[in-house]
Amino acid sequence: MTGVPEWKPAIRVQPEPFDAAAEARRMTEGRKDLGALVSFVGLCRDEGGTLEALELEHYPGMAEEAIGAIAREAAERWPVAAITIIHRYGRIAPGEPIVVVLAASAHREAAFEAASFLMDFLKTRAPFWKKEHRRDAGPGDWVAAKASDDAAAGRWRPARGAK
Amino acid sequence: MRIRYFAWVRERVGSPEETIELPEGIASVRDLIAWLAGRDEGHAAAFAEPDVIRAAIDLEHVDHDTPLAGAREVAFFPPMTGG
Repeated sequence: MTGVPEWKPAIRVQPEPFDAAAEARRMTEGRKDLGALVSFVGLCRDEGGTLEALELEHYPGMAEEAIGAIAREAAERWPVAAITIIHRYGRIAPGEPIVVVLAASAHREAAFEAASFLMDFLKTRAPFWKKEHRRDAGPGDWVAAKASDDAAAGRWRPARGAK
Repeated sequence: MRIRYFAWVRERVGSPEETIELPEGIASVRDLIAWLAGRDEGHAAAFAEPDVIRAAIDLEHVDHDTPLAGAREVAFFPPMTGG
């Protein structure tokens, strides 16, 4: 635990695509205290050519709140110096980005771990739901939550003092 | 009380939200799920497996034992699949 940081994570929930490299530049611009930047971008894959698009539904208001809570927890657990999270909703075509997580710190371990933690919790705790649109069949099924994602989130022990 | 539904819960209910008068004796999220399941066929289909359903009160995740007292907005949805 490193206590409550003085900085605020940058969080956006939006339908538009984003430029992860530009976001990384914005987050690190003019800073000389950072020794590590981890950038994770989640992309929409075409599932062997069968997927036309993903439709992401979200819970406006709660999505921002939940991502903010996850980011604050990461900042309390690791000595990270900056976090940016952008999560899209709406229709997303294969090849397009869905989510970006940027974590910067003085040393690499905190940035790697915080980014990994953030993704595990975005998958299981942020109110987003994916529906598949198949090339051959139109709107299809809602993507089912994966036990492997719950297991990945479960490997992070609760922070001391966490609810 | 405003009730909101997302993803396949919304599709099965047939509506993204509704406003209800909380009947007497409905004290917890679990009670509300059981009561909503009895409203019509769509609600029954949405809440056929109550244990799968996740809930939020006023934008915060809660478990099914949570009391509804003071809640303005309760939301029901499947497990999240973001990221």
